Amino acid sequence: LSSTTFFSQARVLIVTGKGGTGKTTVSGVLANLAAREGLRAMVFQIGAPGARYEPGTAQLARLFGSEEVLGYEASVLGSNPDGGSVHARAVTPDTALVEYLHLHGMRRLSRRLVSSGALDVVATAVPGMPDMLVLGKLKQMERAAAAGQSDAPDVILLDAPAAGHAVRFLQSPRGLLDAAGGGPVRAQAEDVVQMLSDPQRCRVILVTTPEETPVSETVETAGLLEQRAGVSLLAVVVNGRLPVLSLPPQPDAAGILLMAREAGVTLQPDELEGLAAAARLRLVRQDVQAAQVARLGRELALPQLELPFCFDADLRRPQLATLTDALGAALAAGPVTSLWAAR
Amino acid sequence: MSGPGGGASPAVTSVMVCMGPGGVGKTTTAAALALQAARAGGRACVVTIDPARRLADALGVSDVGNEPHLVPAPGKGWPGQLWAVMLDAQTTFDNLVGRYAAAPGQAEAILANPVYRNISAALSGTQEYMAIEKLYELQESGAYDLIVVDTPPAQHALDFLEAPSHLARLLDNRVFRLLMTPTRAGLRALEIGAQLMLRTISKVAGGQVVADTVHFFTQFEGMEEGFRERAARAESLLRGELTTFALVCSPRRDSMEESLYLVSQLAAAGVRPGTVVVNRCYPLYPPMPEGAAAAVAGTPLAPLVANLEELRMVAESENDQLARIVAALPEATLYRVPFLASDVYDLDGLAEVADHLAG
Repeated sequence: LSSTTFFSQARVLIVTGKGGTGKTTVSGVLANLAAREGLRAMVFQIGAPGARYEPGTAQLARLFGSEEVLGYEASVLGSNPDGGSVHARAVTPDTALVEYLHLHGMRRLSRRLVSSGALDVVATAVPGMPDMLVLGKLKQMERAAAAGQSDAPDVILLDAPAAGHAVRFLQSPRGLLDAAGGGPVRAQAEDVVQMLSDPQRCRVILVTTPEETPVSETVETAGLLEQRAGVSLLAVVVNGRLPVLSLPPQPDAAGILLMAREAGVTLQPDELEGLAAAARLRLVRQDVQAAQVARLGRELALPQLELPFCFDADLRRPQLATLTDALGAALAAGPVTSLWAAR
Repeated sequence: MSGPGGGASPAVTSVMVCMGPGGVGKTTTAAALALQAARAGGRACVVTIDPARRLADALGVSDVGNEPHLVPAPGKGWPGQLWAVMLDAQTTFDNLVGRYAAAPGQAEAILANPVYRNISAALSGTQEYMAIEKLYELQESGAYDLIVVDTPPAQHALDFLEAPSHLARLLDNRVFRLLMTPTRAGLRALEIGAQLMLRTISKVAGGQVVADTVHFFTQFEGMEEGFRERAARAESLLRGELTTFALVCSPRRDSMEESLYLVSQLAAAGVRPGTVVVNRCYPLYPPMPEGAAAAVAGTPLAPLVANLEELRMVAESENDQLARIVAALPEATLYRVPFLASDVYDLDGLAEVADHLAG
């Protein structure tokens, strides 16, 4: 499957997964790959109300080598000579409400509503209102793109809340429809539900690491997202897969001493012990990961896209490049394609 | 079961609040800290929020509701007691309404109100508030020496520390309070700004929503005082001398940025974590002698050396991150929990983590 075909499947890709599995990184990698294909990609992040600084948005910018603090206005994080580019913005319910009120002829009141904490009251009165406002903004961007507006993105990556919260987040417009009441909010909720439930417009990409708890949670979330939020799933990204090394099956210092002698290298006892312990840790991790990847395959019928573990605690441009290469390669790989066809 | 009884004398209860970014093992760490206290002879209770299913099963809290449950000690056991609660925010809130209902039937009417269902189930901050309420309730019982509280992932520490008064303020909202006396005099008293605001909400969300909300506030009448006082007491417990904070994080840059931000937020609120737990650390193995990598090229030793170098690279960059939190909280006790062979989902796994949190 080519990357171009991949991104042509839906304009909005919702990226979610258990906390700490790399949602933001994967959103950035997807955007970077889209940009390499000459597309205009927008990463859409959700800010907390009233927050001036968001570590999550700083993280995305850092991945692209930028120190910029993302805000409501779109920032450019990268651009390719052949036309592709990565943009990002962070939308908070407050800012979305202000814009919404502007659009509905209530400009004068909007600032005041937000500064007086009235958003809280609105949230109290209307189930899921803040989430809905953010999703409404997303939908507005998607419509602009579908209408072919010149500055609209080709691909929108929603860096969504963590797994459990994502269900509630994406469910919010449905909840709003169930609740009594009319007004423009109801109309907007209907539009958002339509977008979320249309697989031509919107799909979910789940992110997990190949470990027990994240895999279990991913399988569970996948079901809930389909049933409760009515969204279609596209793929699961398995993040942090250790490249498999061919190590001796039971590494110990004595065995390694013999290998070192044969290679003509002199190693101290602590170095031999270190080599053995490091190899044992790697083997255990490799086994756990292989078992969990297999389990994920059995329990969730979705194409898997693997991203390698980066041997660095700090992910920046070099790691972004490596991960983007890996994602492109994973898409191009055979077994995944057949699964795509099956769906 | 509702806590240790049997004539035990009321304890001076210490409280430890575990905070940190999402996905760093906060719940597991909270449980391990409580287990460690039980192993040291204390009566410890952990309040978990949304634990992974297997961990909940191991603690035996999967289907015992909202009350503390004594975790049966395996084998020889431990000298103290380990209790666990899985927070049920909805039930906790319902109980609170029951406690402060002034008139017969008031609680039932409120519980059935759709606006109440929304506040208690979906409003952000409710879970935080209820975690603190549960903590307060357990502390008041005097049945524990230590209560460890897990918290929802937070970047904004104040959202947690001030959740009770934030919600109490909302329940006491001026605009809606005034609306409850919709006489001519009342309406006149209503500030023009507030009127505009209500009209806006009606316009955006429909008049029914405003009507429902007014109805809710009418039903709530007379309870706001009790709520506000209790919220203030619960908050002062968090700020009291018996409460300490543990920062739980992982040594990755992203997690560290969030943690440092959290620390700065806590500092602004006058709180400094006394404990830092860094989970999932890669061990730093001794380096290879100079030139070893080249010498082993092509031999069966090569992948072993390559692996060592890769793992050392992670460990060293993790240490750079670790140094930042140490610099930010030099006086805090630092615990490094190594990358364990598998996820922690049983008492043995918890005991393994607790070993690293000892002393």
